[in-house]
Amino acid sequence: MDLSMLWYLVPSVIMLACGVYGFITRKNLIAILISLELMLNSADLNFVVFNRFLFPGSMDGMVFTLFAVAIAAAETAIAIAIIINIYRSIGNTDITEINKMKF
Amino acid sequence: MDSVGNIIVYFVVAIAIVFFSFKAVTTRKILRAATYLLFVLLGTAVFYFQLGYQFLGGVQIAVYAGGIMVLFVFAILLTHKPNEQSGVIDAHRKTLGLVVAAGGSIVLLFAIFFMPLIDGASLLDCLSASEPITMHDIGKAFTGSDRFQYLLPFEAISVLLLACIIGGVTVARKS
Repeated sequence: MDLSMLWYLVPSVIMLACGVYGFITRKNLIAILISLELMLNSADLNFVVFNRFLFPGSMDGMVFTLFAVAIAAAETAIAIAIIINIYRSIGNTDITEINKMKF
Repeated sequence: MDSVGNIIVYFVVAIAIVFFSFKAVTTRKILRAATYLLFVLLGTAVFYFQLGYQFLGGVQIAVYAGGIMVLFVFAILLTHKPNEQSGVIDAHRKTLGLVVAAGGSIVLLFAIFFMPLIDGASLLDCLSASEPITMHDIGKAFTGSDRFQYLLPFEAISVLLLACIIGGVTVARKS
Protein backbone atom coordinates (compact mmCIF):
# COMPACT_ATOMS: atom_id res chain seq x y z
CA MET A 1 0.00 0.00 0.00
CA ASP A 2 1.52 3.28 -1.11
CA LEU A 3 0.76 6.73 0.17
CA SER A 4 0.12 8.62 -3.06
CA MET A 5 -1.04 12.14 -3.76
CA LEU A 6 -4.77 11.40 -3.59
CA TRP A 7 -4.48 10.30 0.03
CA TYR A 8 -3.47 13.78 1.06
CA LEU A 9 -5.85 15.64 -1.25
CA VAL A 10 -9.01 13.95 0.09
CA PRO A 11 -8.70 15.22 3.72
CA SER A 12 -7.90 18.62 2.25
CA VAL A 13 -11.12 18.60 0.21
CA ILE A 14 -13.14 17.62 3.29
CA MET A 15 -11.50 20.41 5.30
CA LEU A 16 -12.42 22.90 2.58
CA ALA A 17 -16.04 21.67 2.44
CA CYS A 18 -16.38 22.01 6.22
CA GLY A 19 -14.98 25.53 6.00
CA VAL A 20 -17.49 26.50 3.29
CA TYR A 21 -20.37 25.03 5.33
CA GLY A 22 -19.33 26.92 8.45
CA PHE A 23 -18.77 30.13 6.52
CA ILE A 24 -22.36 30.02 5.21
CA THR A 25 -24.21 28.80 8.30
CA ARG A 26 -22.42 30.56 11.16
CA LYS A 27 -23.70 33.89 12.45
CA ASN A 28 -20.91 34.75 14.85
CA LEU A 29 -18.00 36.75 13.42
CA ILE A 30 -15.34 34.73 15.27
CA ALA A 31 -16.90 31.44 14.15
CA ILE A 32 -16.83 32.72 10.56
CA LEU A 33 -13.14 33.54 11.01
CA ILE A 34 -12.52 29.99 12.28
CA SER A 35 -14.19 28.57 9.14
CA LEU A 36 -12.00 30.87 7.05
CA GLU A 37 -8.89 29.48 8.74
CA LEU A 38 -10.03 25.95 7.87
CA MET A 39 -10.33 26.83 4.18
CA LEU A 40 -6.97 28.61 4.19
CA ASN A 41 -5.34 25.64 5.87
CA SER A 42 -6.62 23.21 3.23
CA ALA A 43 -5.23 25.45 0.47
CA ASP A 44 -1.84 25.50 2.24
CA LEU A 45 -1.85 21.71 2.50
CA ASN A 46 -2.56 21.48 -1.24
CA PHE A 47 0.42 23.68 -2.11
CA VAL A 48 2.74 21.46 -0.11
CA VAL A 49 1.31 18.19 -1.46
CA PHE A 50 1.58 19.29 -5.09
CA ASN A 51 5.14 20.45 -4.44
CA ARG A 52 6.17 17.14 -2.91
CA PHE A 53 4.57 14.79 -5.41
CA LEU A 54 4.83 16.64 -8.73
CA PHE A 55 8.05 18.65 -8.28
CA PRO A 56 10.10 16.90 -5.57
CA GLY A 57 13.29 18.65 -6.61
CA SER A 58 12.14 22.20 -5.86
CA MET A 59 10.69 23.88 -2.76
CA ASP A 60 8.49 26.63 -4.20
CA GLY A 61 5.24 25.28 -2.77
CA MET A 62 6.79 25.17 0.69
CA VAL A 63 7.99 28.78 0.43
CA PHE A 64 4.56 29.86 -0.81
CA THR A 65 2.95 28.15 2.18
CA LEU A 66 5.38 29.89 4.54
CA PHE A 67 4.32 33.26 3.12
CA ALA A 68 0.65 32.24 3.27
CA VAL A 69 1.01 31.38 6.98
CA ALA A 70 2.60 34.77 7.69
CA ILE A 71 -0.15 36.61 5.81
CA ALA A 72 -2.82 34.55 7.58
CA ALA A 73 -1.38 35.62 10.94
CA ALA A 74 -1.52 39.30 9.93
CA GLU A 75 -5.05 38.92 8.55
CA THR A 76 -6.32 37.22 11.70
CA ALA A 77 -4.81 39.91 13.95
CA ILE A 78 -6.50 42.71 12.02
CA ALA A 79 -9.81 40.85 11.81
CA ILE A 80 -9.83 40.27 15.57
CA ALA A 81 -9.05 43.95 16.19
CA ILE A 82 -12.05 44.88 14.03
CA ILE A 83 -14.27 42.32 15.81
CA ILE A 84 -13.33 43.71 19.23
CA ASN A 85 -14.07 47.23 17.99
CA ILE A 86 -17.49 46.09 16.74
CA TYR A 87 -18.16 44.39 20.07
CA ARG A 88 -17.32 47.61 21.87
CA SER A 89 -19.79 49.71 19.86
CA ILE A 90 -22.66 47.21 19.34
CA GLY A 91 -22.36 44.83 22.29
CA ASN A 92 -22.17 41.51 20.47
CA THR A 93 -20.60 39.92 17.38
CA ASP A 94 -23.70 38.62 15.62
CA ILE A 95 -23.70 39.40 11.89
CA THR A 96 -27.50 39.79 11.78
CA GLU A 97 -27.26 42.80 14.10
CA ILE A 98 -24.46 44.57 12.29
CA ASN A 99 -26.43 46.61 9.79
CA LYS A 100 -25.10 50.12 10.18
CA MET A 101 -21.82 51.44 8.89
CA LYS A 102 -21.00 54.05 11.53
CA PHE A 103 -23.89 55.16 13.76
CA MET B 1 5.74 0.26 -0.38
CA ASP B 2 5.64 2.69 2.48
CA SER B 3 6.37 1.53 6.00
CA VAL B 4 3.47 0.33 8.12
CA GLY B 5 4.14 2.99 10.76
CA ASN B 6 3.85 5.74 8.17
CA ILE B 7 0.50 4.42 6.95
CA ILE B 8 -0.84 4.07 10.52
CA VAL B 9 0.21 7.67 11.30
CA TYR B 10 -1.47 8.79 8.07
CA PHE B 11 -4.77 7.13 8.94
CA VAL B 12 -4.85 8.38 12.52
CA VAL B 13 -4.13 11.96 11.45
CA ALA B 14 -6.47 11.93 8.44
CA ILE B 15 -9.39 10.62 10.51
CA ALA B 16 -8.63 13.18 13.23
CA ILE B 17 -8.56 16.02 10.68
CA VAL B 18 -11.88 15.01 9.13
CA PHE B 19 -13.58 14.48 12.51
CA PHE B 20 -12.36 17.71 14.10
CA SER B 21 -13.15 19.73 10.94
CA PHE B 22 -16.75 18.55 11.20
CA LYS B 23 -16.86 19.31 14.91
CA ALA B 24 -15.30 22.76 14.49
CA VAL B 25 -18.10 23.97 12.23
CA THR B 26 -21.00 22.18 13.91
CA THR B 27 -20.42 22.68 17.64
CA ARG B 28 -22.51 25.38 19.29
CA LYS B 29 -19.92 26.46 21.84
CA ILE B 30 -17.46 28.85 20.30
CA LEU B 31 -14.51 28.04 22.56
CA ARG B 32 -14.85 24.37 21.64
CA ALA B 33 -14.85 25.32 17.96
CA ALA B 34 -11.52 27.08 18.49
CA THR B 35 -10.12 24.02 20.29
CA TYR B 36 -11.19 21.71 17.46
CA LEU B 37 -9.57 24.08 14.97
CA LEU B 38 -6.36 23.75 17.01
CA PHE B 39 -6.46 19.96 16.58
CA VAL B 40 -6.98 20.33 12.81
CA LEU B 41 -3.96 22.66 12.58
CA LEU B 42 -1.80 20.25 14.59
CA GLY B 43 -2.88 17.37 12.31
CA THR B 44 -1.88 19.42 9.28
CA ALA B 45 1.51 20.01 10.91
CA VAL B 46 1.92 16.24 11.26
CA PHE B 47 1.19 15.91 7.52
CA TYR B 48 3.90 18.49 6.81
CA PHE B 49 6.39 16.51 8.91
CA GLN B 50 5.39 13.31 7.10
CA LEU B 51 5.88 14.94 3.71
CA GLY B 52 9.43 15.87 4.67
CA TYR B 53 8.98 19.59 5.36
CA GLN B 54 10.17 19.77 8.96
CA PHE B 55 10.70 23.53 9.00
CA LEU B 56 7.21 24.17 7.65
CA GLY B 57 5.70 21.87 10.27
CA GLY B 58 7.53 23.78 12.99
CA VAL B 59 6.29 27.09 11.58
CA GLN B 60 2.75 25.73 11.42
CA ILE B 61 2.86 24.74 15.10
CA ALA B 62 4.58 27.93 16.27
CA VAL B 63 2.61 30.49 14.25
CA TYR B 64 -0.80 28.85 13.82
CA ALA B 65 -1.20 26.65 16.88
CA GLY B 66 0.85 28.98 19.08
CA GLY B 67 0.09 32.48 17.86
CA ILE B 68 -3.22 32.57 16.03
CA MET B 69 -5.01 30.27 18.47
CA VAL B 70 -4.01 32.47 21.41
CA LEU B 71 -5.48 35.44 19.53
CA PHE B 72 -8.68 33.47 18.95
CA VAL B 73 -8.99 32.46 22.59
CA PHE B 74 -8.37 36.02 23.75
CA ALA B 75 -11.00 37.39 21.38
CA ILE B 76 -13.55 34.73 22.39
CA LEU B 77 -13.05 35.36 26.09
CA LEU B 78 -13.34 39.12 25.55
CA THR B 79 -16.58 38.96 23.57
CA HIS B 80 -18.50 35.98 24.98
CA LYS B 81 -19.90 34.92 28.31
CA PRO B 82 -18.64 31.54 29.55
CA ASN B 83 -20.72 28.59 28.32
CA GLU B 84 -22.69 30.79 25.93
CA GLN B 85 -24.28 28.76 23.13
CA SER B 86 -24.97 30.04 19.66
CA GLY B 87 -28.57 29.89 18.39
CA VAL B 88 -29.98 27.11 16.26
CA ILE B 89 -29.25 27.51 12.54
CA ASP B 90 -32.42 28.18 10.55
CA ALA B 91 -33.34 25.55 7.99
CA HIS B 92 -32.86 27.41 4.71
CA ARG B 93 -29.40 28.61 5.69
CA LYS B 94 -28.43 25.08 6.69
CA THR B 95 -29.75 23.69 3.39
CA LEU B 96 -27.83 26.32 1.44
CA GLY B 97 -24.63 25.52 3.33
CA LEU B 98 -25.02 21.77 2.83
CA VAL B 99 -25.78 22.14 -0.89
CA VAL B 100 -22.82 24.45 -1.56
CA ALA B 101 -20.36 22.38 0.52
CA ALA B 102 -21.50 19.01 -0.90
CA GLY B 103 -21.64 20.31 -4.47
CA GLY B 104 -18.22 21.88 -4.23
CA SER B 105 -16.62 18.81 -2.71
CA ILE B 106 -18.21 16.52 -5.32
CA VAL B 107 -16.79 18.68 -8.11
CA LEU B 108 -13.35 18.76 -6.45
CA LEU B 109 -13.31 15.00 -5.77
CA PHE B 110 -14.33 14.33 -9.39
CA ALA B 111 -11.50 16.60 -10.52
CA ILE B 112 -8.78 15.01 -8.40
CA PHE B 113 -9.82 11.44 -9.18
CA PHE B 114 -9.98 11.93 -12.95
CA MET B 115 -7.25 14.48 -13.44
CA PRO B 116 -4.61 13.26 -15.95
CA LEU B 117 -1.95 15.16 -13.98
CA ILE B 118 -1.91 12.68 -11.13
CA ASP B 119 0.24 9.60 -11.49
CA GLY B 120 0.73 6.90 -8.93
CA ALA B 121 4.05 8.09 -7.49
CA SER B 122 4.30 7.12 -3.84
CA LEU B 123 5.55 9.29 -1.00
CA LEU B 124 8.58 7.09 -0.49
CA ASP B 125 9.67 7.45 -4.14
CA CYS B 126 9.27 11.23 -4.01
CA LEU B 127 11.12 11.51 -0.72
CA SER B 128 14.01 9.37 -1.92
CA ALA B 129 14.15 11.15 -5.31
CA SER B 130 15.02 14.47 -3.73
CA GLU B 131 17.56 15.73 -1.24
CA PRO B 132 16.14 16.52 2.22
CA ILE B 133 15.65 20.25 2.66
CA THR B 134 18.18 21.71 5.07
CA MET B 135 18.06 25.03 6.91
CA HIS B 136 20.90 26.13 4.65
CA ASP B 137 18.67 25.76 1.56
CA ILE B 138 15.81 27.63 3.21
CA GLY B 139 18.08 30.48 4.30
CA LYS B 140 19.55 30.72 0.79
CA ALA B 141 16.07 30.80 -0.74
CA PHE B 142 14.94 33.64 1.52
CA THR B 143 17.98 35.90 1.24
CA GLY B 144 18.82 35.90 -2.46
CA SER B 145 17.37 37.69 -5.46
CA ASP B 146 18.14 35.15 -8.18
CA ARG B 147 15.79 32.68 -9.80
CA PHE B 148 13.85 30.64 -7.18
CA GLN B 149 14.95 33.01 -4.42
CA TYR B 150 12.58 35.19 -2.51
CA LEU B 151 14.23 38.26 -0.97
CA LEU B 152 11.62 40.74 -2.20
CA PRO B 153 8.52 38.90 -0.87
CA PHE B 154 10.41 38.34 2.39
CA GLU B 155 10.96 42.08 2.80
CA ALA B 156 7.37 42.80 1.74
CA ILE B 157 6.15 40.43 4.48
CA SER B 158 8.14 42.33 7.09
CA VAL B 159 6.57 45.63 5.97
CA LEU B 160 3.14 43.94 5.98
CA LEU B 161 3.65 42.75 9.56
CA LEU B 162 4.65 46.27 10.65
CA ALA B 163 1.54 47.69 8.96
CA CYS B 164 -0.51 44.97 10.68
CA ILE B 165 0.85 45.91 14.13
CA ILE B 166 0.11 49.62 13.62
CA GLY B 167 -3.30 48.88 12.07
CA GLY B 168 -4.28 46.53 14.89
CA VAL B 169 -3.42 49.09 17.55
CA THR B 170 -5.20 51.88 15.66
CA VAL B 171 -8.38 49.88 15.06
CA ALA B 172 -8.75 48.31 18.49
CA ARG B 173 -7.74 51.12 20.84
CA LYS B 174 -10.33 53.20 22.68
CA SER B 175 -10.94 56.54 21.05
